[in-house]
Amino acid sequence: MKKLLSIFAVVAFAFSAHAGTLDDVKNRGFLKCGVTTGLAGFAAPDDSGEWAGLDADMCRAVAVAVFGDRSKVEFITTTGKSRFPTLASGEVDMLARNTTWTISRDVNLGFEFVGVNFYDGQGFMVPSALGVSSATELDGATVCIQTGTTTELNLADFFRLNGISYEALPIETNDEGKENLFAGRCDVYTTDASGLSSTRAAASNPDKWVVLPEIISKEPLGPLVRHGDHQWGDVVRWSLNAMIIAEELGITSENVDAQMSSNVPEVLRLLGVEGNYGEMLELSNDWAYQIIKQIGNYSESYEANVGPDTPLEIARGLNALWTQGGILYAPPFR
Amino acid sequence: MRSNLGFFSDEKFRSIFFQTLVVGLFALGLFFVITTTSYNLEKRNIATGWSFLQNPAGFDISFSPFLEFKSTDTHLKVYFVGVLNTLLVSVTGCIAATILGFILGIVRLSSNWLLSRLVYIYVEFSRNVPLLLQIILWYSILIQLPRVKQSLQVLDVFYISNRGLYSPRPIFESGFSYVSIAIVLALISSFLINRWAKKRQDKTGQQFPVFSSSIGLIFIVPLILFFILGSPLSFEHPELKGFNFKGGLVIRPEFIAMFLALSIYTAAFISEIVRAGIMSVSKGQREASAAIGLKQTWIMRLIIIPQALRVIVPPLTSQYLNLTKNSSLGIAVGYADLVHGFGGISLNQTGQAIECMAIVMATYLSISLTISFFMNIYNRSIQFKEK
Repeated sequence: MKKLLSIFAVVAFAFSAHAGTLDDVKNRGFLKCGVTTGLAGFAAPDDSGEWAGLDADMCRAVAVAVFGDRSKVEFITTTGKSRFPTLASGEVDMLARNTTWTISRDVNLGFEFVGVNFYDGQGFMVPSALGVSSATELDGATVCIQTGTTTELNLADFFRLNGISYEALPIETNDEGKENLFAGRCDVYTTDASGLSSTRAAASNPDKWVVLPEIISKEPLGPLVRHGDHQWGDVVRWSLNAMIIAEELGITSENVDAQMSSNVPEVLRLLGVEGNYGEMLELSNDWAYQIIKQIGNYSESYEANVGPDTPLEIARGLNALWTQGGILYAPPFR
Repeated sequence: MRSNLGFFSDEKFRSIFFQTLVVGLFALGLFFVITTTSYNLEKRNIATGWSFLQNPAGFDISFSPFLEFKSTDTHLKVYFVGVLNTLLVSVTGCIAATILGFILGIVRLSSNWLLSRLVYIYVEFSRNVPLLLQIILWYSILIQLPRVKQSLQVLDVFYISNRGLYSPRPIFESGFSYVSIAIVLALISSFLINRWAKKRQDKTGQQFPVFSSSIGLIFIVPLILFFILGSPLSFEHPELKGFNFKGGLVIRPEFIAMFLALSIYTAAFISEIVRAGIMSVSKGQREASAAIGLKQTWIMRLIIIPQALRVIVPPLTSQYLNLTKNSSLGIAVGYADLVHGFGGISLNQTGQAIECMAIVMATYLSISLTISFFMNIYNRSIQFKEK
């Protein structure tokens, strides 16, 4: 019997194909990256049909790290509900899908969050005509909420804590949320504050909507991979860190070539001039150079997708570098 | 020549052998699936087990007409809320689809060209457009209704908006229980009167006004009692307070969309089944009953329908099963049924996909088998009784 079981185990192993994601990706020739069904600023097709956004850049950065080519990525859309099964089953190699890092997802679901690419918090958006100025005035309101999210749980906690009632209208995607909110089926839409800004920017008249001041939760959003494949986890983690470190060191997509002859040791290490950090990751030695060259540093990606000059108008806030009043911090590159 | 496959030439042995082989292969396959699944779950560090059912859900479900649900309740309660919501839309949908389907099936056979064409168009349209689209269509129409602050007011007591239909809620005061007892007693006695009248008619040919006497018993008697007791019933009217109406009864657009789409879609199939059933009764039956002077309505009720039912009921059963299973599309409009609530939100919050799906599937299976069981009993009762 034991022998039979072990035969099954071997066969079963053959069916579960995640021995080494990095090798799988290299063999396939492109990266499969799970993103949202469309959230402007994070991942949404732009005017030319190209995926753009902070999360889309994260996917591209990993593709650049592996292949040196930002186009070697297939974007796969996932809903709040389908994202985890999609990752667990190997349909995608990684998720960059404004997903909150929580203990249960990290531990119980068998995933590994490799970092944070956006520090967010849950907020509320209402029509300005309602004259509401605080979330505690929302007693009896109908709230649109995406199911299967941490925001759903925070919402229940917040109203319970404040002893006020609400009626939840469960929706699946951000688009459904918009539709119901704009039609007046719900009074309030709650999701991460960044998502609210994105939704507001998409409204025909953004001034008709206000985001309430309360931020009721911590939502560290970051890319995640399957637990147990540490090599692949390292590749994704350091692709993100490379962008953050590049900002710290003042390396941008424009000056990266000039920086190759810098005299700062960490710059030379990051760009692969000194040391063999690329080989340690089983990547080419100029992987970080390519990320910065083709995608840019964290700040460039932020300003282009969600920053104050975009329709989302989100100030850096918590997402500024630790040296500039934020909490964005990457371990040293050495 | 006797071959050394002696056993195989024995038909009985051969059939047992192959049946055992098939069962064995099936069991082996099942074993393989189970071991592979548990092996992979373990490898991906996904915890399994049923203990999550006792954990607090942490989220709220607003549409729960039968059970009060709070976010501190367990996932098990999410399951029960889901089952009740699934049953609610399935049962009301089946009743409406049956009534509508019977009417349309008969109208389709009408000699009125326009009526029968209209039903034909209806049937072809709703049978050939995917149900999911119909659900979404109804929902899109419903959320285009006026906003809650501009609700349409009907008869001063009903309010219609895209938040649903608000109506007064009856509040039963002490003494109303006597009225309900009277109604139950009236129902039982009209049933007994019906049986007695039938027997008497069989014996003597005399008829008894069963219908009007039953109406009298069921409606008039409790009504008199109701006024004698001093009208022990009041209404709580919905009132616009803050964001929403407070108080009153509300029927949500999610439910209405599901109910309309399911019953209209299934009614199209049922009307075709009814039409087929009626047409299966030979023309001679109708002509013969007309020849002995029966009224048109009697011909339908006493001669045609009872014979048609034998043909109608078996496919009707499968329409009921379809409707119940189709109610799982509630997720498209956020109707908190079993699949959306327990098989969706709970699954996603706990990550226990296999457990949740197994429970949901077992539940649908039990509901379907229960429907089949009762419909089979009914089917047997309407079959020809050879005498």
